[in-house]
Amino acid sequence: MKTQPAANIEAHEKRELSFKLDMQAYTLIIALVLIAVIFGFFTGGEFLSSRNISNLFSQMSVIAILAIGMTLIIVAGHIDLSVGSLVGLTGGVAAILHVWYDWSTFAVVVAAIVVGALFGIWQGWWVAYRAVPAFIVTLGGMLIFRGILIGLSKGQTVSPMNDSFKAISNSYLPFTIGYILAVVSIGLLIVWTMWNRAKKKNLDLLLPAPLIDYGKISIYSFFILLATYMLNRYQGIPTPILIVVFFAAVFIFVSSKTSFGRYVYAIGGNPEAAALSGINIKRNTLWVFTSMGALAGIAGVILTSRLNAATVNAGNMYELDAIAACVIGGTSLMGGKGKVVGALIGALIMASIDNGMSMMNIETFWQYIVKGLILIVAVWIDIASKK
Amino acid sequence: MENYALQMKAITKEFPGVRALDHVTFSVRKGEIHALCGENGAGKSTLMKVLSGVYPHGTYDGDILINGQKVELKSIKESQNAGVSIIYQELALVEEMSVAENLFLSHDLMRAKIIDWNKIYAEAQKWLNHIGLDIDPQTKVGHLTVGKQQLIEIAKALTQKTEILILDEPTAALTESDVDILIKLLNDLRAEGVTCIYISHKLGEVMTLADTVTIIRDGQTVSTDRIEDLSEEMIITKMVGRELTELFPYEARPISSENILDVKNYTVTDHHGKKIINDVSFTLKKGEILGFSGLMGAGRTELFMSLFGGLKGNPTGTVLIDGKETSIKNPADAIREGLAYVSEDRKRYGLVLGMDITKNTTLAALNKMMKLKVIDNALEVKTAGDITYKMNLKAPNLEALVGQLSGGNQQKVVLSKWLLNDPKVLILDEPTRGIDVGAKYEIYKIINELASQGVGIVIVSSELPEVLGMSDRILVMAEGKITGEFSREEATQEKIMTCATGGEKS
Repeated sequence: MKTQPAANIEAHEKRELSFKLDMQAYTLIIALVLIAVIFGFFTGGEFLSSRNISNLFSQMSVIAILAIGMTLIIVAGHIDLSVGSLVGLTGGVAAILHVWYDWSTFAVVVAAIVVGALFGIWQGWWVAYRAVPAFIVTLGGMLIFRGILIGLSKGQTVSPMNDSFKAISNSYLPFTIGYILAVVSIGLLIVWTMWNRAKKKNLDLLLPAPLIDYGKISIYSFFILLATYMLNRYQGIPTPILIVVFFAAVFIFVSSKTSFGRYVYAIGGNPEAAALSGINIKRNTLWVFTSMGALAGIAGVILTSRLNAATVNAGNMYELDAIAACVIGGTSLMGGKGKVVGALIGALIMASIDNGMSMMNIETFWQYIVKGLILIVAVWIDIASKK
Repeated sequence: MENYALQMKAITKEFPGVRALDHVTFSVRKGEIHALCGENGAGKSTLMKVLSGVYPHGTYDGDILINGQKVELKSIKESQNAGVSIIYQELALVEEMSVAENLFLSHDLMRAKIIDWNKIYAEAQKWLNHIGLDIDPQTKVGHLTVGKQQLIEIAKALTQKTEILILDEPTAALTESDVDILIKLLNDLRAEGVTCIYISHKLGEVMTLADTVTIIRDGQTVSTDRIEDLSEEMIITKMVGRELTELFPYEARPISSENILDVKNYTVTDHHGKKIINDVSFTLKKGEILGFSGLMGAGRTELFMSLFGGLKGNPTGTVLIDGKETSIKNPADAIREGLAYVSEDRKRYGLVLGMDITKNTTLAALNKMMKLKVIDNALEVKTAGDITYKMNLKAPNLEALVGQLSGGNQQKVVLSKWLLNDPKVLILDEPTRGIDVGAKYEIYKIINELASQGVGIVIVSSELPEVLGMSDRILVMAEGKITGEFSREEATQEKIMTCATGGEKS
């Protein structure tokens, strides 16, 4: 095949970067818009009401937190089937310490995260240092964690939580603070973009056209303000969504701007080449599972707070929703490829389907069938678009 | 009218934005070995994909005639039915299955409702005898050497009533002795009337084996000549479209007397207790190019993998780098001590194919791209851009995935990656395997330049001309030991082969 006409890189880089069409991102956004339009139509606009959007975001928060961690796990070339059980266990531990032993809310939140992280280390150790496939280790974990939960709670539902614990999942930001946060984040976006452009210019690197960079910012800003406005029309920004945004930001940063994040992609893409590049595969893998465990702890707290109770079945099957969210968001189960943002959109799509179909009074069994089909079609679109 | 097994007339194949083949004409006589030469990206593979039905009829313009009959090949299966078999560089055998199972995998014998294993083994034995391979048909393919697997692939093609056998870089991964066996087999097949299309960068083989040579460049046929009318230099000139003054741009350089690498009594024992490296001692001076020759399995790759900390095993002995004793336990230690290792299999050990050029380039030197523990993307792109520019990397942009680059450009990315660490010792294991002539030459020039800057360089290569052409000094290994040492002046192919085969004089 003929190569591009002697495109030596630097000569090429002098040109302005053209706008790249990211098919995957567009497919996701189109899917989301389609879902919104369809459900909006069939529910007479109720689906897009402020109240429902607020509910929808709160409902997706647990899966979204799990999907953030699951992205790293899958990118590293592994899988974690235990997160649903771990959510149940950490949420249960938090509730037991809180209700039976009167620990403060702050203390039990820390405890849940620590318990999650410790079990993450346990699983990561088996996968990284004992070379047992993650599928097996976490399948074991799924049973073990559920077992521990039933044992600790003696099979009982633990409730009720006090007000400060309930507030974690059931409170809203005051309107003004919501707007201030929105404006601050837009400000940060602008400063960040300008700073980046200045730095690239300094190094004599190619810049995207200003219109593209600032156009992007305008679009993001519009959606941030729109979301804030919609949520404020109801009761304000729900706290669980704030938690999701915070951890999403942290993990987007970790995955794109730290050596740990870069190494995870390299390990998932080609472990042998990564090892010969001096990357410590075992230690990085251990970290991936540890962070997944800690995030499961946070998800456990949010779930327990929202339900105002810890049950033995809490978090059942959440691992599959989290994996589906990642896959719908473009993460490849082969490893090495995937984005946190994609997983969040995937989680939103899954939650929208649950929410929209229940609003339409469609029986629950259909939700399973439709979600299953969407998962298959999403991956098919990904594969077909590469041909 | 000559008797043609295959005629491809005015084949034109376009991809979006690129004309990969432009009115290519390619005619192969019955029963000849016809070499197809050209640089990577010249269009050889595309042409063979048209012939083998990967690009079905209708996606290209032009005609294909097999035995004078016009054919419209709509699938790989149809192409096989027409008697065309292609054997790719990457072998398509199931390693976990036996030789016999592989031979008849898509054969009618396997499609029977009840498989007659005795018959299959007997048939397999017949074919193995035919190609002169003395092994049990029940041997697992994964247990055979790459060279023998290649022969199995050819036998498999022959079981399918192949009339036109296409070999794509068949000797890229073979040792000299396996190459000889292959060449003998191809000569035998020619005597039986099998037509063979032979794609190779190794012009020595082309000269000994081929009857006719067709050269394509930039998607167009340059020429078709009888081998008697050609020389290696003429083929190269036609391939690259420019004169290459010489194949190996060796320059005599002053070599420092300082040892940059000093390995003493190095022994590696594998988990079976076998000594895969047996008491090896050698030195490398600053600015010296040291060639490592030997047959496949002689332990060269294992030696350097182990020195680099990338091999499980139990090394003993001492390793001094720049006069300092080191204890390297993993590649991270090795990188810190100033070693860089370009492996023989860049796709497996050198690159993350799904990552872009920038990220691959900085992967082993990411700590240099950090500010306050955070990756400085602008600095990273700048660094990657500068080094790949120096390497004369050809790519649409730095965000291109390395999996989409040609072999030569991939190797340049691997070199860029290691040079970012300013290595004291650069180990190159088969640095030009599967790379076209033009890119090879560029890589040799880079090696020379690095040596003149004082980097100690090790070239492990199975291609004797490369070792002879590039090295200041040559060491030969056989069965885990160093069996010979020659200066550039004394070394000859014969002397090296004698040592490589264990020192037995023939």
